[in-house]
Amino acid sequence: MKTVTSNAENAYKLPKRHAWKVFRNQQYLYYMSIPFVLWVFVFQYLPLWGWTMAFQKYKPGLGFLDQKWVGLEHFSVLFGDEHFYQVLRNTLAMSLMGLIAGFIVPVVFALLLNEVRVQVMKRFVQTVSYLPHFVSWVVAAGIVTKMLSTDGGVVNDILMNLHLIDKPLQFMAEGNLFWGIVTGADIWKETGWSAIIYLAAISGIGPELYEAARVDGASRLQQMWHITLPGIRPTIIVLLIMSIGHLLGTGFEKQFLLGNHLVIDYSEVLDLYALNYGLAMGRYSFGTAINIFNSVISLLLLFAANGIFKRFTNESIM
Amino acid sequence: MESVKSSSFNSRMGRRLKSKSPQDFILELFVYVFLIVVTVATIYPFLNVLAISFNDSVDTVRGGITIWPREFTFRNYDLIFTFGGLITGFKISVLRTVIGTVAGLFSGSMLAYTLSRSDFRARRFISTFLAITMYVSGGLIPGFILMKNLHLIDTFAVYILPGLVSAFNVFVIRSFIDGLPYALQESAKLDGANDFTIYWRVILPLCKPALATVALFLAVGQWNSWFDTYLFNGSNESLTTLQYELMKILQSTTTTATNSQDAANMAQRMQQVSPESVKMAITIIVTVPILVVYPFLQKYFVKGMTLGAVKS
Repeated sequence: MKTVTSNAENAYKLPKRHAWKVFRNQQYLYYMSIPFVLWVFVFQYLPLWGWTMAFQKYKPGLGFLDQKWVGLEHFSVLFGDEHFYQVLRNTLAMSLMGLIAGFIVPVVFALLLNEVRVQVMKRFVQTVSYLPHFVSWVVAAGIVTKMLSTDGGVVNDILMNLHLIDKPLQFMAEGNLFWGIVTGADIWKETGWSAIIYLAAISGIGPELYEAARVDGASRLQQMWHITLPGIRPTIIVLLIMSIGHLLGTGFEKQFLLGNHLVIDYSEVLDLYALNYGLAMGRYSFGTAINIFNSVISLLLLFAANGIFKRFTNESIM
Repeated sequence: MESVKSSSFNSRMGRRLKSKSPQDFILELFVYVFLIVVTVATIYPFLNVLAISFNDSVDTVRGGITIWPREFTFRNYDLIFTFGGLITGFKISVLRTVIGTVAGLFSGSMLAYTLSRSDFRARRFISTFLAITMYVSGGLIPGFILMKNLHLIDTFAVYILPGLVSAFNVFVIRSFIDGLPYALQESAKLDGANDFTIYWRVILPLCKPALATVALFLAVGQWNSWFDTYLFNGSNESLTTLQYELMKILQSTTTTATNSQDAANMAQRMQQVSPESVKMAITIIVTVPILVVYPFLQKYFVKGMTLGAVKS
């Protein structure tokens, strides 16, 4: 090593030769990764190039250079559309409700499940709780509709038996119930699955902390509050930041499958708007403008959430 | 082993404490009642659907079926299998699940292995390149136009190709490989194995737990997806999937005004049958394959989820 560095000529040549040698040594690693990088480029990055459509009067079949450029016209149409604000309201409302529920309920579920000392029951409850995660939204929406139906739906039956209502509620036809139904369906489907990470984090908390607390006479509730909850705080924050980043990307499957024309004023979200008023009508450029708006807001939210949490809690995902 | 010991210690402690403090007893009572309610609320809808699917369809209309069929019959299931669209759908669904899972496992694990090699020069770049796709996506319409330009519409390939490389799955497998001792690779290298051989002969066999997790994610994703069928292949009857067929049936009867041809067709075939029981029977058929598999993979995916979350 010493002789190499002392020789000026070699020192100059060495990095180059070295780089080539490393490349040759790692050639298989390149063969094994480059095809997939190209793959990702085509299927994930090329659609981003498709964003140019939003600034054109896009006509299928024409080459990129033959398209007519229109600047921000589609965006001004979008922001001038009253319907857009209704759709935006729906999207934000359902996303926010989903965010809050999806953040609190799994934590509570994990905390309570952790208090179960009968291992068989703990495992059984957990296995059952994953179950709805694995069924498709098509099935889940079918089940939710069935449970909420007016003839023989269990929710109406229970409410009737408790004398909370006189006649069955038309859940699926009431616009102002729709957001709640979507959020409820989400909780039903995903709570058990989301709790996995919290349970794993809880199991990583050292038992000596609990022992010390017990010696000090802390009750189980106090242990939950002062040991378990702070113990999983970093996990909670990281997951919260990530879900804020996905706030507007919460999808449209639920709304598509649970919605119907009676509740459309409450069920239409940005992606469905892009689908119905962009794609279905052949207005590709307009639809793309909606998609861009959605993506850009999501990214801004992600960075904002990350920045805020970084500042106040020193937790960050980037 | 240690955790098992400590938890049984905990349970002994817990019981001793329960008899001591009324406050803890109340908490315990609340926990058990709450979890029993949650469990019933989770499982009851499935049992209800199952019971209805096995109940005589005329009798179902009377309502009041809970978790046990009143007049047991297989007729609803017999009827489903006479309906051609569902048979094709079933075949396509199985095909896309098998091919999509195998292809996704292969590509995901290969890429994950290269990213696990700390000496790999392009590692940082590729990791970042992949991670970005987890947060930014082109959206519905640019994606649709791309598929159109690639001539993937009305093809089976559109089920497999776009989702072949998933950043999340790659990171799950990579974190698992990171946990394997590097000495194994080193000794294979000394024996003259190239990197592909190391991946194939050494890494893959050791990765089974991570692969099981990712296989479950891929298989469930493939089996459950219906929107790509709706968007790309909805008009092509030979390429529709089971989930899509179910979606059509469930949707067409809830909004009777827009009765699609298939629903009318089906109603004809199943004359005196209440659509309710048949719908439930199809729901069960679509759901059962997954329900049979997932409890056995539980220990793997719990680990996989945790790994993925730590890394990303």
